[in-house]
Amino acid sequence: MIENIDSSLIDWSRAQFALTAIYHWIFVPLTLGLAVVMGIMETIYYRNKDEFWKKTAQFWQKLFGINFAVGVATGLILEFEFGTNWSNYSWFVGDIFGAPLAIEGIVAFFMEATFIAVMFFGWHKVSRGFHLASTWLTGLGATISAWWILVANSWMQYPVGMEFNPDTARNEMVSFAEVALSPMAVNKFFHTVMSGWVLGAIFVVAVSCWYLLKKREADKKFALESIKIGTLFGLVSTLLVAFTGDGAGYQVAQHQPMKLAAMEGLYEGEQGAGLIAVAALNPSKEAPDDGVNPFLFRVEIPKMLSLLATRSTDSFVPGINDILKGGYTQYDGTTAISVPEKIERGKTAIRAFAAYRKAKADGDEAGAVASAKLLQDNMPYFGYGYIKNANDVVPNVPLTFYMFRIMVYLGGYFIFFFLVMLFCYYKMDLTQTKWKWLHWVAFLTVPLGYLAGQAGWAVAEVGRQPWVIQDMLPTNAAISAVGVGSVQLTFFIFLALFTIMLIAEIGILMKAIKKGPEIN
Amino acid sequence: MKNTLYKIWRFYVDGFKSMTTGRVLWLIILVKLFIMFAILRLFFFPNYLNEHTNSSDEKGEFVGEQLIQRGQ
Repeated sequence: MIENIDSSLIDWSRAQFALTAIYHWIFVPLTLGLAVVMGIMETIYYRNKDEFWKKTAQFWQKLFGINFAVGVATGLILEFEFGTNWSNYSWFVGDIFGAPLAIEGIVAFFMEATFIAVMFFGWHKVSRGFHLASTWLTGLGATISAWWILVANSWMQYPVGMEFNPDTARNEMVSFAEVALSPMAVNKFFHTVMSGWVLGAIFVVAVSCWYLLKKREADKKFALESIKIGTLFGLVSTLLVAFTGDGAGYQVAQHQPMKLAAMEGLYEGEQGAGLIAVAALNPSKEAPDDGVNPFLFRVEIPKMLSLLATRSTDSFVPGINDILKGGYTQYDGTTAISVPEKIERGKTAIRAFAAYRKAKADGDEAGAVASAKLLQDNMPYFGYGYIKNANDVVPNVPLTFYMFRIMVYLGGYFIFFFLVMLFCYYKMDLTQTKWKWLHWVAFLTVPLGYLAGQAGWAVAEVGRQPWVIQDMLPTNAAISAVGVGSVQLTFFIFLALFTIMLIAEIGILMKAIKKGPEIN
Repeated sequence: MKNTLYKIWRFYVDGFKSMTTGRVLWLIILVKLFIMFAILRLFFFPNYLNEHTNSSDEKGEFVGEQLIQRGQ
């Protein structure tokens, strides 16, 4: 029986996963960022034994704890969704994801749970050195957890180190190192974690500025010292995020050229392609090959996209139409085949898979061997066999394009913001009323920090559509044939649940911030 | 060894007893975990493959059939 997968089921399943991932990514980056801040503060206390720094560290640890407690286990819901709504995908990747997610769970449970207890309970019970180590290890635990999740996500973007087993219909890991240390994974890890550092720094500066705004005399020294640490940490982190962002762009160019083309609104490839600085997409453009100019206007940095993509200013960067039509020389020297050709090869792979299973069931060993060979030869295009129309491999260009711009513009703004804060800290008296506007800017930068992170994830995940696993499994093959109604119901349950949790967290955080560090 | 275990036990007990904000946070964690595992997981997120198959081999067969059918 052939199942009819309703397109609305795909949309609601994607929307549900996106909603839970977005909420999860509200809590995680602040955990990652505050983990470093509290480590820095306590390290200063460890070195100078000044009770002021102990109280300072304890305050930021308190806020870390609030965010950590509300956010903990929100990621587990994503795993529930794998098993219910994305069962084909869950089975298909099970052998690859099993190890990273298991390690993540074990590390998260043992390392974070152990050391977070020492961090909160152990101030008067363990030595200062052991307590400091526990604080850093709490943060390290959270960061190592992130590593394994990002390894799993990176594998979805650039599947490596595996072989498809037609007997079990699963991908089996053949090289743990290739999966865990894939260049996509390494770059994504640093870029994502450091984006959390930027948010943590913004948060610290903003909370500190709030004390200055409220003229809290008792907290003045705390606010100024926290601004100094936060700003320095933020500036370094933002520059590192920019550096790793360049690396991420290179990886995307090498392994996901369609995503890069969508990020840049590039429909026709160019030699010495420029990077869009400012542009507006033409809403009239409805299809890649409709001949309509994709831009209303554009200002680009000459040759910068080629440099980003290949480290050479004169290289050819394929556009959406080039990728669809094929025929251009790829970065590995081979000639790109067209998407219709990939679809044919994908269909060949699926037919070979079916033939293999039938041959095995019939005891036809020769037939099974031949089918297995045909499947293996066409496996790189397996996912294309589910694509009905070549244009379906083009992601949502406006969303990818504008989210990329939002992320990059905000990144640039954060560098400027931290530079201004640093200058004002050293050259001005930030406690004066005339800097009230700057305190408000810092305060209003917090939602921008969250927006930048979410925009980055939107680029990563929308830009890879329709692929759940790049080239291997699209969304229509990955989802479970469940009723749309159940997905819609759980979507709204999550919306309500997470919103309540977020409101609770904001309430508890505000209460703790209003109480202050109680240093004097 | 027994003394060490007792010290660890007292460490956690004393720590939990001295919590202030932590008590509210623990309440949130426990309520959240209850909702997630006792309600959502149980009633809204059954494992699709476990519901339709009985063993790993059957899961492989089931998914394999799905992958073939969806490609037709």
